[in-house]
Amino acid sequence: MSERLEESEALDAHTVAHAWSAYDRVKGGADGLNAFLAIDRDASPMVAEGPLHGVPVAVKDNLATLTLPTTCGSRMLEGYVSPFEATAVRRLREAGAVLIGKTNMDEFAMGSSSENSAYGPVRNPLDHSRVPGGSSGGSAAAVAAGIVRIALGSETGGSVRQPAAFCGIVGVKPTYGRVSRYGLVAYASSLDNVGVFGRCVRDAALGLEVIAGPDRFDATCADVPVPPLVPARSGQSRHMPLTGLVIGKPREYFPENLDPRIAVHCERALARLVELGAEVRDVSLPSTDLAVPVYYIIAPAEASSNLARYDGVRYGLRAEAADLGTMYEQTRSRGFGTEVTRRILLGTYVLSAGYYDAYYKRAQAVRALIADEFTRVFATGVHLLFTPTAPSPAFRIGEVSDPYEMYLSDIYTVTANLAGIPAMSQPIGRVDGMPVGGQFMAPHFEEAIMLRAAAALEGALGAEAHQ
Amino acid sequence: MSTPQPGPGTWELVIGLEVHCQLKTRSKIFCGCATSFGDAPNSNTCPVCLGLPGALPVLNAHAVALATRASLALGCTVHDTSVFARKNYFYPDLPKGYQISQFDRPLATNGGLVVGTAADGTPRLIRVHRVHMEEDAGKSVHDRFADVSAIDLNRAGTPLVEIVSEPDIRTAAEAASYARRLKQILEYADVSDANMEEGSLRVDVNISVRRAGDERLGTKTEIKNLNSFSAIERAVAIEFERQCRVLESGGVIEQHTMLYDDKRNQVRSARSKEGSHDYRYFPEPDLPPLRLDAAWVARQREALPELPPARRARFAAQYGLAEAEIDQLLATQALADRFEAVAAAAGEPRKAANWMLGTVLAAVNAAGVAIDAHPVSVERLGALIRLEASGELSNTAARQLFIMLEQHDGEPVEMARAAGLLQVRDDSALVAWIDAVLAEHPAEAARFLGGERKLQGVLVGLVMKKSGGAADPKKVNQLLGARAG
Amino acid sequence: MSVSPDDVRHVARLARLGIDDGRIPALVTELNGILAHMDVLQQVDVSGVPLMPSTAAMPLRDDALPPDALQRDRAAFAPRARDGFFLVPRLATHGQLGASTGDDA
Repeated sequence: MSERLEESEALDAHTVAHAWSAYDRVKGGADGLNAFLAIDRDASPMVAEGPLHGVPVAVKDNLATLTLPTTCGSRMLEGYVSPFEATAVRRLREAGAVLIGKTNMDEFAMGSSSENSAYGPVRNPLDHSRVPGGSSGGSAAAVAAGIVRIALGSETGGSVRQPAAFCGIVGVKPTYGRVSRYGLVAYASSLDNVGVFGRCVRDAALGLEVIAGPDRFDATCADVPVPPLVPARSGQSRHMPLTGLVIGKPREYFPENLDPRIAVHCERALARLVELGAEVRDVSLPSTDLAVPVYYIIAPAEASSNLARYDGVRYGLRAEAADLGTMYEQTRSRGFGTEVTRRILLGTYVLSAGYYDAYYKRAQAVRALIADEFTRVFATGVHLLFTPTAPSPAFRIGEVSDPYEMYLSDIYTVTANLAGIPAMSQPIGRVDGMPVGGQFMAPHFEEAIMLRAAAALEGALGAEAHQ
Repeated sequence: MSTPQPGPGTWELVIGLEVHCQLKTRSKIFCGCATSFGDAPNSNTCPVCLGLPGALPVLNAHAVALATRASLALGCTVHDTSVFARKNYFYPDLPKGYQISQFDRPLATNGGLVVGTAADGTPRLIRVHRVHMEEDAGKSVHDRFADVSAIDLNRAGTPLVEIVSEPDIRTAAEAASYARRLKQILEYADVSDANMEEGSLRVDVNISVRRAGDERLGTKTEIKNLNSFSAIERAVAIEFERQCRVLESGGVIEQHTMLYDDKRNQVRSARSKEGSHDYRYFPEPDLPPLRLDAAWVARQREALPELPPARRARFAAQYGLAEAEIDQLLATQALADRFEAVAAAAGEPRKAANWMLGTVLAAVNAAGVAIDAHPVSVERLGALIRLEASGELSNTAARQLFIMLEQHDGEPVEMARAAGLLQVRDDSALVAWIDAVLAEHPAEAARFLGGERKLQGVLVGLVMKKSGGAADPKKVNQLLGARAG
Repeated sequence: MSVSPDDVRHVARLARLGIDDGRIPALVTELNGILAHMDVLQQVDVSGVPLMPSTAAMPLRDDALPPDALQRDRAAFAPRARDGFFLVPRLATHGQLGASTGDDA
C-alpha cells in the first residue's frame, strides 16, 4: 500500500531516512519490486543548501552517474561506472538532492513494460503481478512505492508518461531540447528526452525546473531561458483559475474501441477542467494513426547507429576472441537482449542501401506532417490538448508477447516525442483497482501552462484521481 | 604544361583526387580535447571522442571558419546551410561505430584549381566538386605488442576537410601538381600545415582509363598510402600502365582499393574483401543543420591573404618573371614574401628572383634556418643587389660580399669598399689601366687597333689583371671597343 | 516489402550482431510482421509537407574551451589496455594506413 502524501506536504519532509525506511519496507531491490539496480546507503548532499537540499532522488540507469554504475538494464554495461556525469544528474546534486540509487529499466530504454531488463522485470508497487510500464519502470515504481518523491526517467516514445499512468503518479516529458541529453545514454537521438516523475505535479515541476536549461555539451539543447515552472499551491489560487484556457480534445485519441472505463475517467477529468473555467474544444489530428509506424522506423534506425559503439573495445562487456570480427559478434550477441537485437536489426534494415528512401526518409516526412498538425491546432487558439495516456491499465508480467502489440501501448504517447512537444501524465482514476492516466500536451516550451493546468486538475480531482 | 596526350595505345588516363586535410585548430572538431601531436596514447581524450555512453558532439566554431576559408580559397560556393551525417561502419579506431561527416549537403561545392597552362595558352583548370567537414579516426598500431593491435584515439575527432576533385586530371604530373598547388593554397589560407609526410594532408587517387574520345568513365581503382608528391606521380604511372595492359589483353578492371608501397615502388591491392560498403548514411540527429550567414562568410573571404593563383598572376604582370621562376618562388609563402620584400628594397625584381632562388635558398638550406631567420636582412640584400645592378660589384664580388654579410652585419657598400670588392667604373682610372696595358703589349695593341677584334678579350683580361680585378669589365670592354673604332 | 532469411543474415552481419542461424526464421517472421504495419506510410501524401521547423542556429563551441575531463582513469573501464593503448585482436595491417578503411573486420 503506497503512501499518499498531501499535495501540500512540504517536499523536504520526506528525507533520506524516510527513503531508506520505505525502501526496506517495500523491498525496492531484487528481492521485491526490483525497482533499483544499485543503491548508495551512504549518499548525502554535496552542497550545504539548494532548492532540493536533502531530497532523496532516484535516477534511471541510463543516465550517467559517477558514484553508481550505469548499466542501462543491459549485460553490455554490467558494472560499468561512468567517468563523467549527466548534466541533469549534476544539476540535481548541485541543488542539494541526494542520489540514493539507480533504477531498473527496459534494456537501453527499448520497451514499454520494464520486462526487457537483463536484471529481471520491475514489479508494479500497486500489484506485484503487473508491470509498472516502461521503459522507466524502476523510477516510476520508486515514486509510487513512496521511496522517493522525485525521480528521473527518460522518454523516447512515452517511457515516462506511460509508467506514470500505470503506477498512478505524475510523469513529465519536457520539450525536446529543454533538458540537456548530455549523459543520457542515447537510444534514439532525435526523440530522447530526460523526464521527471513526481508524487504530485509540484514535485515533478520542481525537479524539471532544476534540471532544465541550456548546456554547452548538448548542441540540441535549446538556448532558451527556463521560466518558473512550479505552479502556485491550489489553496492560493483564485476561483476558476483556468478561465480563458482552451483545451483541445483530439478525436483520434478517443476512438470507438477505447476502453470505456478509461473514457469515463477522461470525461470526468475534462468536466473538472471545465468547472475550473477551461473551455474544451473538439479538434482533429488526422495523422495520429501513422505515429506508431513512423516511430518504429525512426527510433530503431537511430538506435542501430547509437548502439554501434558497444563493441567491447573501450568499455563494457568484451567477449575475448582471436580475431576482431568474432570479438564484435560475440560481444554483441552476449551483451544485447532479444528486444534490443530485434530493434537494431529493424533499424539497420530501414537504413540500408535500397531501403533508406522508402522507410527512413519517408518516415521523417510523415513525422513532419504529424508535427505540423500539432502546430496548426495550437495556432487556432488551443492552449493544451488532453487525452488518455495509455489504452489500458498495467497488464500482467508476461501477458503481452507480440512485439507490435507491445508497441501499440505507446499509441497515445509517441506523437509528442515525434513532434518534440512537452507532455505529461497524471492519475485520473482507477480501472480494476489499477491507475489510469490523463495526458496534457502543450506547444513547444509551454511547460508552465501545462503544469499549471495539471496542478489545478490534481487539486480538483483530489481523491477521485485514485478511484 | 602541354596538353595531355593519351598514353600507351589510345588509352586516356582519367584521375580524380580525394584529399583529407587536418585543420589547425587548437581543439578537436566535436570536443575540447587538444589536437596536439605526439602525446602519450589516449591522453587527449574525453567522453565525446571516446564514444562513451551518453556523450554528444558540439561543433568547433574555429573549425567551421577554417573549413570555410579553405572552401573560399578553392573558389567554391559556400552553402548557407549544410548538414552533418553519420557514416556507419565498424572499426576499432572509430569509437562511436560511425564517423560524423557530411553527405548530400556538404559545406561547399563547385570550385577549381589551375595546375598549369595548356598548349593553347589557356589555364589547365581542375574542378573541385566539393569540400566537406568531418572528424578524423584514431590510429591503430600493429607491431608494438604480440598478437594484438593497439588503439590510440588521440587523433580521433581531429577536424578534417575532405576535398574531392572532378576526374579532370589527365597525367601523373598533373596529379602531383594539383596536390602541390592544393597544399600551397591551404598553407597560404593558414588553415592547415598540409604536410603529406606528417599526415596532415592525405591524398587518395582515383584512377581509370578509357579510349581517347570516349565520354564514359572506366572502372576506377583507388590508390592510398601516398606519402609524397613524387609518390603520387610514381603510383599513377604504375597503375596507368597496369590498367592499359589489362585492357589491351581483353581483361576487365576490378574496383579495388590499392596501396602504394614506397620502398618497393609498387602498387598492390589491399587485402580487404571487396564489394561496396553500405554506410547507411543518415542526417546526424545530434547536430542541427549548420547555418552560415552571408556577412560572416564575407568576413572569412576578407581574412584570406592573397592566394597563390592571384599571386602568380600578379608576379607575372608586376615583375615580368617566367612561369618556372614564379612556381619556385611561390613554393612557400615565406619565400614568396621574402622575395617581394627584397625586390622592393633592391628595385630589381629579376635580379632579386635570381638571388633568392640561387644563393639565398642554398644558404638557407645549408644553415638549416627558416628563410626569414637568415642573417642577411632584406635591407642588406636589397642594397647588395643594387650594387650589383649598378655595376659596382661583379657577380663574383657580390657573392663574396653576401658571405661576408652572413658572418657579420654592416653597410654593404662600406664592407665592399673595405674589402676592395667594388668595381672601378671611373673612366679616368680605367683609361689609365687600358693605356698602361696597351703600352706594355705593343704588338697586341697594334693588331687590335688595326682591326683584330678577337684580341679584345685578351686585352680586357690583362686590364682586369692590371687593376687587380677591380675594373668593371663591362666598362673596360666598352672603352676598349670604342678605341678600336 | 518483405524480408528473406538472407536479408536478415546480411543485416545481422552489417550490425555485427552474431545471430545464430537457428534464430533466423523467428526473426524473419517478427520483422515481416512489424514491417507490414509500416506499409501504410507508402500511401501517405507527403507532398507539401513543411520541413521540421528549424530551431535556432546550431550552437558552436569556442576552440579554446576545455573538454569535460574524465573523472576516472581509462584503466578503470577499459576491457584490455596496455601502456595507455586500448588493445584488440591483431588487425590486418592494411587497415592501419591513414584513416580507417572500414568494414575490414
